Amino acid sequence: MARVTAETVDHVARLAHLSLTEEERETFARQLDQILQYVESIQSLDTADVPPMSHALATGGFRPDVPGKSLEPERALDEAPDPAEGLFRVPRIIGG
Amino acid sequence: MTVAEQSFSGLLAEYEPVIGLEVHAQLLTRTKLFCSCPNRFGDPPNTNVCPVCLGLPGALPVLSREAVSLAMRAALATHCTVQEESIWARKNYFYPDLPKGYQISQYEKPLALEGWVEIPGEGGGTRRVRLQRIHMEEDAGKLLHEGFPWSAEKSGVDFNRGGVPLIEMVTHPDLRGPEDAFEYLSALKAILLYIEASDCNMEEGSLRCDANVSVRRRGAEAYGTRTEIKNLNSFRHVARALEHEIARQVAVIESGGEVVQETRLWNADRGETASMRSKEEAHDYRYFPEPDLPPLRVTAEWTEEVQHSLPELPPERRRRFTEEHGLPDYDAGVLTQSRAVADYFESVARETGDAKAASNWVMNDVLRKLKEDDADIAECRVTPESLGRLVKLIEGGTISGKIAKDVFEKMWTSGEGPQAIVEREGLVQLSDEDALQATVAEVLEASPDQVAAYRGGKKAAIGWFVGQVMKKTGGKANPRVVNTLLKKALDS
Repeated sequence: MARVTAETVDHVARLAHLSLTEEERETFARQLDQILQYVESIQSLDTADVPPMSHALATGGFRPDVPGKSLEPERALDEAPDPAEGLFRVPRIIGG
Repeated sequence: MTVAEQSFSGLLAEYEPVIGLEVHAQLLTRTKLFCSCPNRFGDPPNTNVCPVCLGLPGALPVLSREAVSLAMRAALATHCTVQEESIWARKNYFYPDLPKGYQISQYEKPLALEGWVEIPGEGGGTRRVRLQRIHMEEDAGKLLHEGFPWSAEKSGVDFNRGGVPLIEMVTHPDLRGPEDAFEYLSALKAILLYIEASDCNMEEGSLRCDANVSVRRRGAEAYGTRTEIKNLNSFRHVARALEHEIARQVAVIESGGEVVQETRLWNADRGETASMRSKEEAHDYRYFPEPDLPPLRVTAEWTEEVQHSLPELPPERRRRFTEEHGLPDYDAGVLTQSRAVADYFESVARETGDAKAASNWVMNDVLRKLKEDDADIAECRVTPESLGRLVKLIEGGTISGKIAKDVFEKMWTSGEGPQAIVEREGLVQLSDEDALQATVAEVLEASPDQVAAYRGGKKAAIGWFVGQVMKKTGGKANPRVVNTLLKKALDS
């Protein structure tokens, strides 16, 4: 039973700003469906007493509130395709 | 009342607005939430950025403990329960102000749940606006759409703000009109300022507000379809935008239409809201737990430590001012709007031992002058101690209340103490009967007609004589003494 349809793939592709060929669309639908089925095997376990886990580590460390060095301005914009006036430039965003 | 206001109150007779607010407040840390770049407004663009807050490949976030402490202060000050475990989540969307393609936020398990903020209620009481949740997240960068030769084709992006710590505070739909929203925001701002969690500077974007708005017919149980209004960046805009949106929704319903659930953007220049995103694209953020950050665990000791570090909060302080200092509730409300003003008032009250006089001077003179100068109380050159001494000079009879106002003006500009000014300018009140006797005699001699009138029964003329003596002494005569001397001379 297919859970991932071509429509689902279209939706996800649109959110991810990807354009797919017809062939890719079908391949990904099939592959994503297989992955889901594989992962679904975990549903056969009884997890009633297992709290949900969001991360492999229980907790992490903290950083003190002490300012450090930021990038040199020219370094920050080094890889930017279209910098000007110290800014990253992007196509104009209408009504943003 | 303008025509627009009249018609708005007309709408409210039939329809009840239901409003919930989402307030974003920047936290007053020195560094960003997940990296050590400075959290500072006004620097040249893209100077406070690093691989972490620019989202460069391989960079990893490390959480600031201070940011969590400040968020906890806000949570505890609004009576929320801080959760032992909260989880960071990725909110995925594409926008040029978001370098990673996702914002690190909290979703299913936020930092704090269920609290409240007190606002003034009907009949002088108070009412609780319930908070659903407070979560932490990183701010996005800033987009610049205007002011460059290339602005017609391009937008600029400054990431100095990207990664700055924010809290989002979400209310239940407990507000019933623009007025309520204004009261809630004022109360929330006062709390955040008191606990020094945020500077709440709306011009600099430290405090931002989105509103969920719906309307229903009075008496109806079910909520109407709601819209979300974004871009409310001043208290005045919030009230105007809400009025506009409420009126718009009522108009849609009255004309037989249906309100569409959507995000609308407030345009302050045009004074209206406009649809922002189409329904199908909205709110598909595909949240999932942030793999780069483990869960945030807050121990009971940490919560307790933060709880104990909280100052007295505005509602409690307001109550104490009425009970302990015997002030009217209105005065107590004005004086507790800002912690610095409340501290200032209490110092003056301590210095003089006369809370009512202290309150009058702070409200009528200090706050008025600050407003005139567009200044903050921290910049005030009159210390509470010297204002206290000025009040004592009046109460001890050294200077008159009228002279005190002039002395206060001089203190305001020079920052000098009151004694120095009074002594240098010879402003000490004349209470010595012998010294004043001569002036009284002079005045009576120069005005035979008024004397005759007084003696003929026009007793109210006494005020005029007092005025003449005050004038001759440059306002320094003690009016009480002058009055006695005049009566003695006239009635004999």
